[in-house]
Amino acid sequence: MSEAICVQGLTKKYKDITAVDNISFTVKEGHCFGLLGRNGAGKTTTIEIMEGIINATQGQVLYQGKPVDNNISQQIGIQFQHTALQDKLTVKETLNLFSSFYQAPLSQDELVALCDLDAFLNRDNHKLSGGQRQRLLLALALINDPKILFLDEPTTGLDPHARRDFWQLIKNIKAKNKTIILTTHYMDEAEHLCDDIVVMDQGKIIESGTPHQLLTKYFNEVFIYLPKSQVPDNIIKQNQWANIAGRVEIKSKNIENTLTYLMSKKIPLDGLHVKSANLDDLFLHLTGHSLREVK
Amino acid sequence: MNFFRFFAVFKARNIEFLRDKSSLTWSLLFPILLLFGFSFVFSGDGRPAYKVGIITGVSADSNTQKQFMETQFIEFINYKTLNTATDKLSHHTIDLVIDSQNKQYWINTESSKSYLVEKIFSEQFSNYTRFKSNGTKIRYLDWVLPGVLGMNMMFSCLFGVGYAIVRYRKNSVLKRLKATPLSAFEFVLAQLFSRLFIVIFISSFIYLGCNFIFDFYMIGSYLDLFIVSVLGAFCLISLSLLVASRSKSEELTSGLLNLTSWPMMMLSGVWFSLEGAPQALKTFADFLPLTHVVAGARAIMIEGASLGDISYHINILLVMSIVFMSISAYLFSWNTER
Repeated sequence: MSEAICVQGLTKKYKDITAVDNISFTVKEGHCFGLLGRNGAGKTTTIEIMEGIINATQGQVLYQGKPVDNNISQQIGIQFQHTALQDKLTVKETLNLFSSFYQAPLSQDELVALCDLDAFLNRDNHKLSGGQRQRLLLALALINDPKILFLDEPTTGLDPHARRDFWQLIKNIKAKNKTIILTTHYMDEAEHLCDDIVVMDQGKIIESGTPHQLLTKYFNEVFIYLPKSQVPDNIIKQNQWANIAGRVEIKSKNIENTLTYLMSKKIPLDGLHVKSANLDDLFLHLTGHSLREVK
Repeated sequence: MNFFRFFAVFKARNIEFLRDKSSLTWSLLFPILLLFGFSFVFSGDGRPAYKVGIITGVSADSNTQKQFMETQFIEFINYKTLNTATDKLSHHTIDLVIDSQNKQYWINTESSKSYLVEKIFSEQFSNYTRFKSNGTKIRYLDWVLPGVLGMNMMFSCLFGVGYAIVRYRKNSVLKRLKATPLSAFEFVLAQLFSRLFIVIFISSFIYLGCNFIFDFYMIGSYLDLFIVSVLGAFCLISLSLLVASRSKSEELTSGLLNLTSWPMMMLSGVWFSLEGAPQALKTFADFLPLTHVVAGARAIMIEGASLGDISYHINILLVMSIVFMSISAYLFSWNTER
């Protein structure tokens, strides 16, 4: 699979602050590429440099081997993290406005079908719900039928149902062989959508790979949780188990052995919860911060 | 420059304005209410004192003249040419014209004020030849109309363009547009022409609508008036673009726009003539675009001036427009850096 984008030695400085610190990675064509990290990690700055919106202090971004030029806006689609739209225009008028900017826009019918806009096509922008608004912003990002799509925290602030709907839209778009670059706070989102991820912290890439590769690299165990009131203190101390919010966390490489041990100690298993490590645990492991905690 | 992109933004901005009912209503109602208010409050000529025009360059009769010029409640205004002064007299803008070099004075036989000022004047100057003038009285409403429309135009141009651009910049509408092939030039030009269209449409609507009720005094060319209005609006929009060229703060821009608009509202001859004002104030007012818009429009409407007659105001508006536009184009920023 060929490279869609190659980022080489990218650095961005704002006076005394280094927002992005000499990072390099490649995005494969047709892949969904995730940039993960907490607020201020440098994700948005990185993709805005890739989009040609802001300039890098150092380094370069190559699209299929060529540097970014003025025509890049014809080839990429962007959904920004914070974007207001002209309040008094309807969804249909907004689509028409943005269509006029491009040489070969998708037809409105196609966009409406792709992003499921039919139900609110004649509604004013300022009357849209969070999910409807994100779908419109996605349609605007797709209006020029781009090969590469940038989505900057597209589901932040949406309810779980709207998030799931949005994920399905992204999967449909990905199935059309589009390359997607996604930043997110939500690890379940990254696990669900991304083929490759990089984890950023303080402007640097601290890990990269596929979600599966990274989880198996750092975690060969599962987490078992029990209410603390059911586990005697001397057993917690003896096994050096962690006490997290009224629950005992047991890291286990073999669930069967651990359960046998608990039963041998006559510890009741009511309220037992078993969880595999996820990207949130990975981030906690790599940086010492929980993503949700800092969010 | 892509015309389709320009026209799409132009059209979108017009739709936005026309659907913003509170702004639209205010733009229409504010000047109409002012005009109605003035028509009731100043049903007379609206001037508190007598005004006497003096033809400049005269030195004769200095002692007696000095004594006369110290008369209370009479304002003395210098005129370079006799024609200008007698025109003002015939429009009831002033009450008497004195040319002491040739020992002549003019009164308006249809003005009660002129009659009274003549009584005071002729007590002291018995050797002057009397000339008569007459003409339709210019109501304060007719006089103030170009000022009210000009002021409305000024607020619409300054706040409608400058404030909107800063709001667009602050809430990232500009950033979203920058990510498209739309150029800054196309965007700015569309904002400019959209507002130009809106202010000319609204001003024409108010003028024509109110003309049915008030029958405004207009002896000049409507085409000339249109040209001055377009040029004035263009200049004010350019000034607004300059103020809004970089800022991301609505508060700062609001302050700057107020700082720009208030001196114009007070000193550009919207409400009262600056003819008798100190020279320093008149010089300052000359740097304000609205001064030239109002003076030009007023000269066309009341004096029947042609574009050639008001070329001074036209040239200044052109120069100001070029300067404001060039600097704002140079400074304009989408401001996408956080």
